Amino acid sequence: MNYSNAEWIEYLSPPGDPEAIAELNRRLIRALQFSLSGKVPESHLEALNEEIAQEAVIRILDNLSSFRGESQFLTWATKIAVRLAYSELRRNRWKDISIEDVLPPDSDNDDFTPSFLADPGATPEKAAEQNALISIVQRIIEEELTQKQKDAILAVLSGGMPLEEVADRMGSNRNALYKLIHDARIRLRDRLNKEGISVKEILGVFS
Amino acid sequence: MKKLDKKGLQRLLQIIEITKDEEYCCDECYEHLDKFAELIRAGKPAAEIYPRVQQHLEVCLFCKEEFETLLKALDQTD
Repeated sequence: MNYSNAEWIEYLSPPGDPEAIAELNRRLIRALQFSLSGKVPESHLEALNEEIAQEAVIRILDNLSSFRGESQFLTWATKIAVRLAYSELRRNRWKDISIEDVLPPDSDNDDFTPSFLADPGATPEKAAEQNALISIVQRIIEEELTQKQKDAILAVLSGGMPLEEVADRMGSNRNALYKLIHDARIRLRDRLNKEGISVKEILGVFS
Repeated sequence: MKKLDKKGLQRLLQIIEITKDEEYCCDECYEHLDKFAELIRAGKPAAEIYPRVQQHLEVCLFCKEEFETLLKALDQTD
């Protein structure tokens, strides 16, 4: 069954044609089944897909008026389903984990001695140069960022915790957290520029 | 004092390198993701038409993960 955008809107608008709703549900289940395979244990996949597709259909029916016809209806609908799927997957994956659980332990000293960061094949002089560059970066992070920014960056970049999960634990939301980290990045970028430090050069340390 | 590990520091530097003064947040990127996906699938210059979406997906690995799944999912709705 291939509907045009106008047909989807017409058939899904209240009271909602049951056949069109069922077709939408089927399409979303199929879309999720292939795209989430491997991210969820196979034994849970079918039930999860059905649950998410159902939730997505409700969300889509409630928000039909926000579809502007700038893409295909099924593209827009599938986008909604995928977002819902990831929210659910991430919530389940991280539900028993606090921010503190993913933060690294306190460093014993203020000097950054990242021997593991330096190129193992580097000469002692090169390794010292590399370590010095990284120490500068760490000092700038300490000086420029608020504690909230540092915790957010640590949780997301080192801890791998998704933005919305960190945001939820901080009493915020995904967008506000993105902006918090964006502001931090701008501060760091501008400070590095001011000190004449090339990010490319530092990144070269890792390669 | 807590410090970024190697992976975190490397990633932070990578995204500092591509940081712009004005960036889309996640919901702003999400707003355009369906159109962006269709342009990608049609082989059109999506990144030129929606540079801020492209940039956000390079910075935000969570949105990128969702986008890559969306592309895979759309293969099933054809």
